[in-house]
Amino acid sequence: MKEVRVLEIKQSVFADNDKQAADLRQELKQKGIFLLNLMSSPGAGKTTTLMRTIEAMRDTFKIGVMEADIDSDVDARTIQKSGAKVIQLHTGGMCHLDAEMTRQGLDGLKVEDVELAILENVGNLVCPAEFDTGASKNVMILSVPEGHDKPLKYPLMFSICDVVLINKIDVLPYFDFDMDKCREYILMRNPNAKIIPICAKTGEGISEWTKWLAEEVKSWRAAE
Amino acid sequence: MHELGVVFHIMDSMEKVAHENEATGISKVVLELGEVSTVIESYLQNCWKWAAGKRDLFADAELIVETLPAVTYCEGCGQTYPTVEYGKICPHCKSPDTWLLQGNEFNIKEIEIY
Ligand SMILES: Nc1nc2c(ncn2[C@@H]2O[C@H](COP(=O)(O)OP(=O)(O)OP(=O)(O)O)[C@@H](O)[C@H]2O)c(=O)[nH]1
Ligand SMILES: [Mg+2]
Ligand SMILES: [Zn+2]
Repeated sequence: MKEVRVLEIKQSVFADNDKQAADLRQELKQKGIFLLNLMSSPGAGKTTTLMRTIEAMRDTFKIGVMEADIDSDVDARTIQKSGAKVIQLHTGGMCHLDAEMTRQGLDGLKVEDVELAILENVGNLVCPAEFDTGASKNVMILSVPEGHDKPLKYPLMFSICDVVLINKIDVLPYFDFDMDKCREYILMRNPNAKIIPICAKTGEGISEWTKWLAEEVKSWRAAE
Repeated sequence: MHELGVVFHIMDSMEKVAHENEATGISKVVLELGEVSTVIESYLQNCWKWAAGKRDLFADAELIVETLPAVTYCEGCGQTYPTVEYGKICPHCKSPDTWLLQGNEFNIKEIEIY
């Protein structure tokens, strides 16, 4: 007869991942690698924004990029053209990256000589918000065609992001996107969020974003 | 799919717990799921069945999901109300200055091992 025992667990489903993420964050701090986690819905402009970001910052930092894709390497090929180090992570049907997968990706990047590692997460506004990757900063892109009410529908994503880039402002005249409302909704969820409207296509607004990022990396390095 | 990723996470951490307690199998896992969490129970059950078939420890593990009601607190009048019924706007004083008190939990409550 098998002896049956009941164990009380009482922990969040995300507790293990949170712990792994905290460990990774500390390790990266010691190695001097700033990890940026970039999230958005599919097609909001992550890869295009990344290309602009690399172009503007590659003389300042050694950049490495991890492209998380469910099952393709289109984005990794695009990024390769920028000259930045890039690695493709296949999530095997998974909707997000967790801390362990991020660690494996960083190992694959041979991260020792990278100063700024950027993770293009899976296009999704729900799951990546729940799984801490160990990143130093989180940024998300909301694109104009998605509508200004997204912060109301995906509050968790907006509340964990340090920056919200509002992309595709070139198409504002064709959509009933209300920028003021959007700001208000974002700040309701996250009073500390920095909001930067950009057009990744033309490069408008990119310098404000890269200036913010460079400063964050600097103050992160200076902290103890 | 979100639910599948979540199921893998639960199984990974419960496998650890089972090993630490020298169990030969897991017969039950009980979760607490908030009413407005991002997970859908029926998907979760389907993913569970699929993933359990692939792991020895979980071969006959049943998944029990207990729902926790969502409750919102209003800064305007200090009262609480059911979130699913009324959303962001307080039904008592119409204030939009409200926040979720409980309802997005996603916890592993207990497991049964043998
Ligand atoms: N009009 C306009 N189109 C843009 C802008 N930025 C990106 N796009 C277009 O939007 C589409 C998707 O851009 P990507 O950069 O591939 O978006 P992504 O978020 O990386 O997409 P996934 O990786 O598939 O989730 C492409 O056709 C881009 O050319 C912009 O500022 N304005
Ligand atoms: Mg992309
Ligand atoms: Zn009220």
